[in-house]
Amino acid sequence: MKKKFPYHIIVFLFPACFIYTIFMIFPLFDTLRISFYTQDLMGSNLDNTTGVRTFTGINNYRILFFDELWSYHFWNALKNNTYFFILHVSIQTPIGLLIAAFLSSKELKFKGTYRTLIFLPAMMSIVIVGYIFNLILSNLWGIPQTLLGAVGLENLYQPWLGLKETALITISLISIWQFVGIPMMLFYAALLNIPDEVLEASKIDGSNGITTFWYIKLPLIMPTVGLMVILTYVGNFNAFDLIFAIRGLYAGPEFSTDLMGTFFYRTFFGFQHQLGNPTMGATVASATFGIILIGVLVYLFAFQKRITRYQY
Amino acid sequence: MRKFISITLISISSLFVFNTAYAGKLVIESWRNDDADAWNNAIIPAFNAKYPDIEVIFQTTIPVQYAGSMNAKLEGGTAGDLITCIPFDQSLKLFNRGWLDSLNSLGGLDNYPQVAKDAWSTDDGSDLFCVPMASVSHGFMYNKEIFAELGLSIPKTESEFFATLDKIKDDGNYTPLAIGTADTWATAIMGWQNVGPNYWAGEKGRKAIITGEEKFTDQHYVDLLTSLQRWSNYMADGYQTQTYPDSQNLFTLGMAAIYPTGSWEIFTFSQNADFEFSAFPPYTQDGQTDCYIDDHTDIGIGLNSASKNKAEAKIFLEWLTSAEFAEIFANEVPGFFPLHTHSINVNDPVAKEFISWKDTCDTTIRNSSHIVGRGEPNLDGVIYEVVSSVINGTMTPEEGAAKTEASLANWYEPHQ
Repeated sequence: MKKKFPYHIIVFLFPACFIYTIFMIFPLFDTLRISFYTQDLMGSNLDNTTGVRTFTGINNYRILFFDELWSYHFWNALKNNTYFFILHVSIQTPIGLLIAAFLSSKELKFKGTYRTLIFLPAMMSIVIVGYIFNLILSNLWGIPQTLLGAVGLENLYQPWLGLKETALITISLISIWQFVGIPMMLFYAALLNIPDEVLEASKIDGSNGITTFWYIKLPLIMPTVGLMVILTYVGNFNAFDLIFAIRGLYAGPEFSTDLMGTFFYRTFFGFQHQLGNPTMGATVASATFGIILIGVLVYLFAFQKRITRYQY
Repeated sequence: MRKFISITLISISSLFVFNTAYAGKLVIESWRNDDADAWNNAIIPAFNAKYPDIEVIFQTTIPVQYAGSMNAKLEGGTAGDLITCIPFDQSLKLFNRGWLDSLNSLGGLDNYPQVAKDAWSTDDGSDLFCVPMASVSHGFMYNKEIFAELGLSIPKTESEFFATLDKIKDDGNYTPLAIGTADTWATAIMGWQNVGPNYWAGEKGRKAIITGEEKFTDQHYVDLLTSLQRWSNYMADGYQTQTYPDSQNLFTLGMAAIYPTGSWEIFTFSQNADFEFSAFPPYTQDGQTDCYIDDHTDIGIGLNSASKNKAEAKIFLEWLTSAEFAEIFANEVPGFFPLHTHSINVNDPVAKEFISWKDTCDTTIRNSSHIVGRGEPNLDGVIYEVVSSVINGTMTPEEGAAKTEASLANWYEPHQ
């Protein structure tokens, strides 16, 4: 007997596919399309109806990667963004894991309080976080001078947010402080999922707390760690708001805090006297998309497939 | 209960009704949120006294976002009827895109000198697209009480200026110069555009850059950057994180002696500072006999081509050309000097001080605005970065000059 075509699948898939197509897939491909065009910024030959943009093939990408004035900003943003990501993965993930490990231990009291307090900054508006840290680290009204002065170390104070060498690290640490609660929550949930039988068995076999963590718990939550890394990767390469709130769109000093997001915004929408350039903006956006895509593919094929998943 | 809910819903939904163009109401788009009170309490009521049927709403966007958001609003057709115009190329672009109407036929345009109209005319001068409103001047504000306490006199030349700063620094109680480098635009405009005209000889140097006769690598531009670099010795510790509002507060709290700035601060400062302050003109180079003041054509106002109330808007624009508006504006927003040819009485003492310099010094406008400001990378943006980096000590004056010239030469033929 011929099986009836499963129409209900189409019906159920339709709303999600429809919305996803209109708001995600179409804009994505349209951005890719626009990145192959160019337009006159001063608008002197534009009549606002047709022929606004002319096709230039991959010329925009050539300019972005190789023309000195553009490529400097592109590679600079990419370098900064990579650094931003490495700092997040190497600091945020271990700290999140450590806190989660402490929280999941049976002896700890006031777990709920710690959990809430550590997660709280993640719920705060980035604008507020940026504003608060701008004030905290201000050379005029800030507090590090006073705190360091109290222990006789006032010479250690530097205007960290204003120095080329330290601005990006400072902003990364602010971002890590704010969002460390998210890996903590994910790891915590994963740790709670580990069945007690496994842990009890390890105890009977003579494992102590540290060896249990390294040889039992960590391998079991490795898929979550991988997921967290890729989420951080996507989030970091889309980051924009914290830089915007703290340093504005020139991502100063001297573009040392410029990320792909701020570079894109400055290009596409313009800033102060700089006129917006939609076609180059689309090129930057497409390049960012490519970078994220490559990262996600590497994760999928090189990492996720090799992770052992344990059934319990 | 149901009634309560529906009232709540209605009032919430009314919050989302944007003040876009619709009949019977004129919306002015502006970046001058500091002036909102002056517009709402003095200028618009004065207009309504004559034309009671035209409702005018003054709507602001924060300054650094203004150009970008105005572009987006005009493109999307959600902008107000009257658009406050940034001078030169930014607004010329809007006109070229067909978003602003030509105002050649407007009455009252004879009330402006040509230099005022130049800021909002096409390159060949055939179309005027914004009504000129006001200019701003640069200079240094100083805290009179600190100057009296330390027995300082007003510096005129570069060496007198730094000698004064040395005295304030030696005293140790006050920050000599209230400026930081975190907001690069502020540093460049208060530094480069402030004392700069004395180095490049005002209009002569500005035009020489446009024609290509002078280059930014010429010695006087290096001298200017060298002079600005010396400022860093007199700024507050950690000035690299000091923002523009930080500097404003530092001065208005009486913690700093000298504040390099422009006349637009007069209005907010006279409300916030509880000490007497005045201003002195940009210092001249040692041995220089003439002097130059940057008197930048800063604000104009244009008509959105998509406006549904063009007749009313034109009535309003014509009223802006009148002596009545000029007088109200000059006194309600002291520090913005109306560009009209009407003779106007200004009452604010600091504003008067700024105006008085124009008797002895030649005026000019910012050298990065006209024609050389329309390419990529944007010249203003480059100057912002260069000036801040030079003051931060991460770039030498020679490197800064070379970088500025290279970025202009990138797209501007007379410099290639």
